[in-house]
Amino acid sequence: MSPRFDVGARVNVRRGNPPGHIRTPYYIRGKSGTVERICGEFRNPEELAYGRSGEPKQVLYRVRFVQKELWPAYTGPANDTIDVELYEHWLEPPQ
Amino acid sequence: MRGIHDIGGLQAGPVERVEHDYQLWEKRVDALMVLLSRKKRFTVDELRKGIESLPGDAYDRLTYYERWIGSIASALVHRGTISIEELRTKLADIEKRPEGPTPPGAVADP
Amino acid sequence: MMDNITHSHDGPDPHAPRPDHDDTLTHHRMLEIAVRELLIEKGILTADEVREAVERMDARGPHLGAKVVAKAWVDPAFKARLLQDGSAAVEEAGVQMDQPTRLIVVENTPTVHNLVVCTLCSCYPRMVLGIPPDWYKSRAYRSRAVWEPRAVLAEFGTILPEDVSVRVHDSTADMRYLVLPMQPKGSEGLGEAKLAELVTRDSMIGVTTL
Repeated sequence: MSPRFDVGARVNVRRGNPPGHIRTPYYIRGKSGTVERICGEFRNPEELAYGRSGEPKQVLYRVRFVQKELWPAYTGPANDTIDVELYEHWLEPPQ
Repeated sequence: MRGIHDIGGLQAGPVERVEHDYQLWEKRVDALMVLLSRKKRFTVDELRKGIESLPGDAYDRLTYYERWIGSIASALVHRGTISIEELRTKLADIEKRPEGPTPPGAVADP
Repeated sequence: MMDNITHSHDGPDPHAPRPDHDDTLTHHRMLEIAVRELLIEKGILTADEVREAVERMDARGPHLGAKVVAKAWVDPAFKARLLQDGSAAVEEAGVQMDQPTRLIVVENTPTVHNLVVCTLCSCYPRMVLGIPPDWYKSRAYRSRAVWEPRAVLAEFGTILPEDVSVRVHDSTADMRYLVLPMQPKGSEGLGEAKLAELVTRDSMIGVTTL
């Protein structure tokens, strides 16, 4: 496995609304977070949903986001977070 | 555009703390999902995609296992495992059974 | 990011669970029968396989997760292994994982409280908790747990001070999550079996504390 991003790396979630079965929630697209862990390699669900093999496997990350940065009206404290599992092809380095 | 299922971040009312004991037919839907994906007749991803393709009001109107059995049937037809005609014939047969869902001669559900 | 989609509850609640109508053949009940019978006729499944699969899921329930939690409370080395590799540790505790998904166990501490949700569908650590409750799969929980977790927690009677951070986990892919709740005060010295009895399903999802 050769992950593109290390634990602790800042990453941006790509924008876009491609068709088909997507496991990147709408609320997280275009947001910035930090890689919390590298989960391993898994077959791509976007391909599996069409009955295709889903290979080559994709690196899956857990990325941590600060809630106050995600939601304009977030009322909780500044260190409330949310961790989301995201596939590598949905992530890019910060601009 | 967000998918009908992609609801994180939306407004909604209070969480209604309802739970119901799952009926046998629902547990069987669950069993079909597990067994058939294990036997590689479809992937869970195909099933999810089928559910995500439901028209908006069907997604909310149908119960959880109603959505799943619809998607299982659809995936099996899509893969050619069962045909629409077979399904149609079988459903008509089931509807006609005066003794309920169990066909004559078969072991009744426990 | 918080779109306003109105969701009317003016009429009868569209999400109320159906009363037990196992004797009423709705379209979808008939569809289940049709699919199952066709697959059995075609030799793809047997009736025994279906029955056994139902029994296997029936045997899964929160008592399995509770067993793992209690073991973690009494055995710090096991707890460390559980937090490092949830799937392996759960197997070590005698709970068969038998699914391709991987379990991540997240620990509640005096300064961190964890909450698990699947916004996209209903992913849940079935191998250690059984089938999820209706509310976990509901529109309200899935929509709101990510953006107002403290309000959702309050609805479950869980109020957390501001110096405890709330950490939400959205099961969007191949991981599944089990919350390791904090051991309740006064339970020190109890044996593993007694401790397991204290652990509730809701505490392992993260909507309540013990």
